[in-house]
Amino acid sequence: MRHLIVAPIVLPLVTAAALVLVGEKRRRLQSLINIGATLAGLLVAGAILRSINGGGSGSVGVYLAANWEAPFGIVLVADRLSALMLVLVGVVSLSAALYAEAGWARAGVYFHPLFQIQLMGVNGAFLTGDLFNLFVFFEVMLAASYGLQLHGSGRPRVSSGLHYIAVNLLAASLFLIGLAMLYGTTGTLSMADIARKLPLVAAGDRGLLLAGVAILAVTFLVKAAIWPLNGWLVPAYTATSAPVAALFALMTKVGIYVLLRLWTLFFPAGGASAHFGGSVLLYGGLATIVFGTLGLMSTMRVGYIAGFSLVVSSGTLLSATGMGVDSVTSAALYYMLSATVAVSALFLLVEIIDRIGTDGQARRDIDVANGEDTNLDDEELPLVGRAFPGSMAWLGLAFMSCAVVLAGVPPLSGFVAKLSLLKAVVSAGRPGEGSTTAPIAAAWWLLGLLLVAGFVAIVSFARTGIRQFWSSGRRPQHRIKVVEAVSVLTLVLICIGLTVFADAILRYTSATASGLHSPSAYIEAVLSAKPRPGPTRLVVDRDGPR
Amino acid sequence: MESLLAIAIGVLGGAGVWLVLRRRTFQVIMGLTLLSYAVNLFIFSVGSLFLNKPPIVKPGLPGTLEHYTDPMPQSLVLTAIVIGFATTALFLVVLLASRGLSGTDHVDGTLGEP
Repeated sequence: MRHLIVAPIVLPLVTAAALVLVGEKRRRLQSLINIGATLAGLLVAGAILRSINGGGSGSVGVYLAANWEAPFGIVLVADRLSALMLVLVGVVSLSAALYAEAGWARAGVYFHPLFQIQLMGVNGAFLTGDLFNLFVFFEVMLAASYGLQLHGSGRPRVSSGLHYIAVNLLAASLFLIGLAMLYGTTGTLSMADIARKLPLVAAGDRGLLLAGVAILAVTFLVKAAIWPLNGWLVPAYTATSAPVAALFALMTKVGIYVLLRLWTLFFPAGGASAHFGGSVLLYGGLATIVFGTLGLMSTMRVGYIAGFSLVVSSGTLLSATGMGVDSVTSAALYYMLSATVAVSALFLLVEIIDRIGTDGQARRDIDVANGEDTNLDDEELPLVGRAFPGSMAWLGLAFMSCAVVLAGVPPLSGFVAKLSLLKAVVSAGRPGEGSTTAPIAAAWWLLGLLLVAGFVAIVSFARTGIRQFWSSGRRPQHRIKVVEAVSVLTLVLICIGLTVFADAILRYTSATASGLHSPSAYIEAVLSAKPRPGPTRLVVDRDGPR
Repeated sequence: MESLLAIAIGVLGGAGVWLVLRRRTFQVIMGLTLLSYAVNLFIFSVGSLFLNKPPIVKPGLPGTLEHYTDPMPQSLVLTAIVIGFATTALFLVVLLASRGLSGTDHVDGTLGEP
């Protein structure tokens, strides 16, 4: 049980190595290993979540990787937030792995090993307890994502991949600069230790420290797709293959996770420079929602809709984080689960919808505006009463579920998420209540923008759904493969599950949020973890009396 | 020595940013390389600078940065160099693929204004 925390990193790493050894010739074996390992990853994440949740409030699992005490050695930390993120990774990656078996895994070489390495990077970023390892896991994740983004090749992928890689290399430089400045002022890289030493930094060095933190934050804001820094996201995510795009939806959440983790750890309420930069998160998030909403209005392509929905959800999460209130953070975490699962499902659906709309031919570069837009009223008459093909009905329902979740209308989890978020924002925006340092006007802006964004999402989804499913006038020639259906259906079922068990999940996220906003338990747990006595000491003890 | 290093980092960083903003992919990759040099030197400088001295705390002297060089940033630089090298190599491959597919070395893959 003690070593369970390191399993989400070791398991994908070993699997990737095994997959390389198995070789590209034995594809069936590779597929089985890939799906099996991803499923095992989900189970491990579930076990970690169970053990953390069962440990009472403030329960934090600490793993000293090299058996050195925290500020000196490498430390892995699993608290409620990490465990929740690990489970989210498990769910989304499992359906992406299933979907990939429908064909994308065979489109080029080394899909499976890269997939596992990407999982390792993401899991590692969620678990690591010190900044430099965070950098290393970030780079592992990004290096694998460069390969995956280009999987299948083709001009749009390479051209958007070029931008994607350049932006991320620049962000990595900023990461290192910020990290070096933090190390220079505090003399440590362990997140818990930095949090403990921050109030002790001399007033003369404080400016340097805050500048370092701000530079560091830019890296994560790029990853989390805040407004002026997110031009790379939509082209790269829509150009890449469907299972990879679903996996990439997780990567923006890594940025959000790190911001949430470091910001609450470094600048808790009441401390020195409390909530530093909170207004940047808040207003940047609001601008991101506006950008994503405008994008949703401007497009009719399902892929772009998925991309801009991701941007909107990022903006919502950023500004909810920037409020710095327990209840808002808790609702935002639930929103993140529901939105990530739905966006991933939508990314998987994009390709199926495109394929059916074009009678089985790939349509990547043709704009929908050039497609047929004929009025079918006359010709449609004979079609009335004919059996609606099962695959079409299924596809439409899946699309509708995603739309319902992302727009936040009843009955699925999106509604619960949006309602609890709105409720928390309203109570935080009331003067005298809550402990938000954010201006009250910003809370009302967030409230209004959330409602407008939901409305625009409905319009956009309805418009595209009508065009794709009702007025295309083309018969579906292509059957949907079972794995594709199963993978998307899993995600839709997860959304239903999120709705049914909303109470339990919201209680969990609320415990997570209160743990985040009073980080002393985390710091205490990390710094007080004692290494286990090694075998050499046992020998000494036995030989002692002799 | 500190001012010399600071000027070197500034020149490398400035040249790197200017090149990254250019329109040819080769200039972008040179810019990224220069930027990573600047960043590596910057990390290196965080642990204070000494000539011809091992990074060891001397007996009798307090273990502050005025009396010894912190070896930690040096190890960080080593890791950062390796990672930066790998990702730059990967970027080079994508650059060549883009050149081959689009027939131009413009960063957008289309011939921009001359």
